[in-house]
Amino acid sequence: MSVETNDGRASEGWAVWRSFKRSRTAVAGLFMLALFFFVAVFAERVAPRDPQKASREALRPPSAAYPFGTDDLGRDVFSGVVHGARVSLLIGVSVALLSGLLGVLVGAAAGYAGGLLDDLLMRLTELFLIPPRFFLALVVAALFGSTYFNLVFVLVVTYWPSTARLVRAEVLSLKERDFVEAARALGASHTRILFHEILPNAFPLIVTQVVLMVGGVVLVEAGLEFLGLGDSSHISWGYMLHNGEHFIRDAWWMIFFPALAISLLVLALNAVGDALNRALDPKSRIEYLDKPA
Amino acid sequence: MKLRRHLLSRSLGRLLIRRTFQSFFLILILIAINFLLIHLAPGDPVHLLAGQSGDEKYYEFIRAKFGLDKTLGEQLWIYITSVLRGDFGYSLGYQQPVVSVIFARVPATLLLMLSAVSLSTVAGVVFGVEAARRENSFADRAINTSALLGYSVPSFSVGHLLLIVFALHLGLFPAQGISSANRESNGLDYLLDVLGHLVLPVATLAIVYLAQIMRLTRTSMLNVLGENFITAARAKGVAEGRVLYVHALRNALLPVVTVVGNDFGMLLSGAVFVETVFAWPGLGRLMIDSLAMRDYPVLMGLFLLASASVVVANLVTDLTYSVLDPRISYGRTRR
Repeated sequence: MSVETNDGRASEGWAVWRSFKRSRTAVAGLFMLALFFFVAVFAERVAPRDPQKASREALRPPSAAYPFGTDDLGRDVFSGVVHGARVSLLIGVSVALLSGLLGVLVGAAAGYAGGLLDDLLMRLTELFLIPPRFFLALVVAALFGSTYFNLVFVLVVTYWPSTARLVRAEVLSLKERDFVEAARALGASHTRILFHEILPNAFPLIVTQVVLMVGGVVLVEAGLEFLGLGDSSHISWGYMLHNGEHFIRDAWWMIFFPALAISLLVLALNAVGDALNRALDPKSRIEYLDKPA
Repeated sequence: MKLRRHLLSRSLGRLLIRRTFQSFFLILILIAINFLLIHLAPGDPVHLLAGQSGDEKYYEFIRAKFGLDKTLGEQLWIYITSVLRGDFGYSLGYQQPVVSVIFARVPATLLLMLSAVSLSTVAGVVFGVEAARRENSFADRAINTSALLGYSVPSFSVGHLLLIVFALHLGLFPAQGISSANRESNGLDYLLDVLGHLVLPVATLAIVYLAQIMRLTRTSMLNVLGENFITAARAKGVAEGRVLYVHALRNALLPVVTVVGNDFGMLLSGAVFVETVFAWPGLGRLMIDSLAMRDYPVLMGLFLLASASVVVANLVTDLTYSVLDPRISYGRTRR
């Protein structure tokens, strides 16, 4: 690291982008992500047919009228896949953002303050890391009902500790750097140093972590729905797999297209997160999040 | 030499005692979390402790047993002591104590997971080392890409794919269960039958774990291969295979140990999907069945077992770590 000034941050961002651009997988992943977001936002336009509406044309293979076929109740699989993108992305992004925010707050406070507060917050973090995430989500869904609210809540509770640890480590190393020292010498307040000097520099790392987290959450959500523990108010990819499994011999399209959608979305997120990670630091700091499903 | 070994074993012994004590404390916390969930859930806690399908007389018995009319503190104490005694309650669905219901399913899951984890560890380490040896070659990229795929495709979809191709279309392996229902067999016949049923579920799980271990070994090897002692070994004329698999791998293996340990802790979570897809009669399947039957005592017992196995796996991982890497010593305070 050469001279560190706040102007250096912008050029560092460009360097990350240039390195990111070099990976074809990453750029393809970014396009794929954009496509998924587009489909999720404009679901009604992309697939005008109601994904929940039954029809007499049950178990039809893919055709011009039904590009992905129909399910056992005559529902359009294409509509289901398109509208399912909305559920997956909404859950994935909201859990990642909420737990990311919580993790950043806890991690930054612990790393910056140090001492007793650090010890206290880190013991708390470790405590939350113990119960296996997927099982906790499963038990909560079974005991408290499988609503989207419960799902988001329990996932945020189990996902924030990993971000907190990462951010703490980053803050610990950043707070010893020259530019923080300089800001302190100029008489900047603690909040100013933390929010204007340290956290902006930790931002790329946080973004990477959040991107990878979205993929993990999408898998957990699909997994729970696949086991029949989903919120039945909307069609989701996991639910389609749960339902389609019974017709695995006769209607491959019922599970093929939702499975493809999940895999492509998570693949895109992992490819982007992976490239960001490598662009930031070739000796990568973020381990992949454990694969939940 | 003798003195060093003595010191090592003494610090190891202290570490063992300390970490075992910690783990026990963590398990107590997990039991408390279980208790909390039961009491926070909507509805009468007696329905969760006894199951939904009991009669009023049985509920009275359970109320008295867990002291549900006493204060929450007393109830927690009663709950913790009864769980520690191995009393997880009685399953109305299976008409058996929860402990026997769960233990009857342990061998099937253990067989599945041990085969998958050992297979993927060996293959993953070899692929990872070979990828690191040829960094940026075609083989390296192929290994990297397939690892990314293995990370992204949900395990149940991997299972479905194998099921459709190898069981339904090619008919090479049976699709469901642990042994054939229509065949009265014993001895070698039975063994071969079970092995045939084992292939697809193990392959599914192994593919998932393989991606993880492969990638991690590769990254870890690349880090180690840049170090001076590797250059020194090469300069000394040590054969390349020996440099890779003995000098470098020994040092690169530590993060891999963590992941394999983590996989063991997650045995149950991993089992749920594969056992669902292949109707494998293990703990994961039991979890889903008890969910469907609202057999809460079994469900909570499994949750405790799953959490406790994470704690135990972490303990074993830490100990393995300190044996593998003499630089790590937990005896004194770090920092």
